[in-house]
Amino acid sequence: MPSTSLHGASLGDRIYRFTTTAFAASVPLLLVLLGVEVMIAAWPALKAFHFSFLTSSRWDAVEGVFGAAPAIYGTIISSVLALVIATPLAVGVAIFLSEFAPPWLRQPVAFLVDLLAAIPSVVYGLWGIFVLVPLLREQVMPFITDRLHLGNTPLFSGPAYGPSMLAAGLILAIMVLPYISSVTREVLMAVPRSQREAALALGATRWEMIRGAVLPYASSGILGGVILGLGRALGETMAVTMVIGNRHEISSSLFAPGYTMASLIANEFSEATNDMHLSALMAVGAVLLALTLAVNMLARWLVWRVARQGR
Amino acid sequence: MTTTLSGAVAVENFSFWYGPKQALFDISLDLAPHAVTALIGPSGCGKSTFLRSINRMHDLLPGARSTGRILLDGENVLDRSVDVVNLRQRVGMVFQRSNPFPKSIYDNVAWGPRLNRSPSRSELDDLVEQALRRAALWDEVKDRLRQSAIGLSGGQQQRLCIARALANEPEVLLLDEPCSALDPIATQRIEELLWELKKDLTIVIVTHNLQQAGRVSDRTAFFYLGKLIEHGATDQLFTAPREERTEAYITGRFG
Repeated sequence: MPSTSLHGASLGDRIYRFTTTAFAASVPLLLVLLGVEVMIAAWPALKAFHFSFLTSSRWDAVEGVFGAAPAIYGTIISSVLALVIATPLAVGVAIFLSEFAPPWLRQPVAFLVDLLAAIPSVVYGLWGIFVLVPLLREQVMPFITDRLHLGNTPLFSGPAYGPSMLAAGLILAIMVLPYISSVTREVLMAVPRSQREAALALGATRWEMIRGAVLPYASSGILGGVILGLGRALGETMAVTMVIGNRHEISSSLFAPGYTMASLIANEFSEATNDMHLSALMAVGAVLLALTLAVNMLARWLVWRVARQGR
Repeated sequence: MTTTLSGAVAVENFSFWYGPKQALFDISLDLAPHAVTALIGPSGCGKSTFLRSINRMHDLLPGARSTGRILLDGENVLDRSVDVVNLRQRVGMVFQRSNPFPKSIYDNVAWGPRLNRSPSRSELDDLVEQALRRAALWDEVKDRLRQSAIGLSGGQQQRLCIARALANEPEVLLLDEPCSALDPIATQRIEELLWELKKDLTIVIVTHNLQQAGRVSDRTAFFYLGKLIEHGATDQLFTAPREERTEAYITGRFG
């Protein structure tokens, strides 16, 4: 009897180990499979158009000629615009919450900021269509062109339709703000007390301590948070599709409508009738996947570096 | 006490509370200028709390309060009107664990001077060199001032922290167990350094190591349970303590 019970225990251990290993392996496996599937489906289009798929602006389903440059351009520009707007705000919020806010205020405000991430994308889109876009068209854009006299600069030229790269960048900024802010708050709180004390003991004011000791120490982690936000912005589909105007053209003006890779796929996959069109959409998906994976890996690495430094 | 030397610290009836818990009871103690005073006592006796009160490091702590006076050259540093930024430049501090900034050796030392003055390039170079020389670190790092301070050994990092404090040209230097994480050789170098530095500084050192207190200090103060039990010349305190508790502690019967 004792020998069988011992044997039973080790068998149970082995089953348990096998099961958990299988679960753990299934997630990376799924990712690899997904990548392979997308690449296989995208292959015909990539083979047919080579680099012109990335550089050409011609997207003609009837002729069967596909170039995704405007969507790639729009994806990058709208995301970068979002970061330019969101980063100062998010870092400011994080500094306030981790350094200045009285303890009773910290949790509620942090919770509200994090809550921004829980709002469904389509709700942002609706708000964009009914509030943000009219506001841009009737107030902000006329103000920039007429009052600031910037209408002739390439960045703000052209008619004010409303749906535009600017609208997409603004809505993305609000959507990525909670990600940047919560990562920044975490890395700021991970800055060791000894670093703060060192600065204070040298006669730094609270602000000099933050600027001269806390922020430099946390900088690469903050950059990681920003890039994590970039990863989010690159892949965001619904809200952007609803406000960007969906025009397959590259324009220097932020007032002009544009396109992103995600909204291109979302808009066209149901009407893609021939194989090449479908394959072209898959190729757009492959480019987007590669871009977001690379960006996320970079972000993780940067955050990891700060955490290691802190030890 | 009146003195013509600058950097004299006189503590009068100082008590300190962390919230409801009283940590220091009615401490009165003169810290002689241009001498080393060691603060000894078992863990939790309040010696670090006392040290940190001198440059008001407790300011940001919610619930901390104190009574009594700590006079630096006759001026009460606890007074609300005293500018802590100014105070902390006059009273430098070195911590238990070396805490250099993750910046170059040069930028670490230049950090303090850059804060409130904007010294010229050459002034700053001079300040940095002088501070590193005073901290007996110059010869080891002069060829790699631009390299990260994190690459230095533990003892070098601690001397860099001393140099960083000295760059502000303080009158008083507070050290909170500066050698507790160092090996004997690095410890010896810092002790020798203190011997040099006391020529123009008032030095207060908290230490767990009684031999160290005996070696480096001119005067010693023994704290126990938040009270100052005894203080006096180091020789006298170690060889002929007046209080029974002091004798018990230095002979290792508790602590």
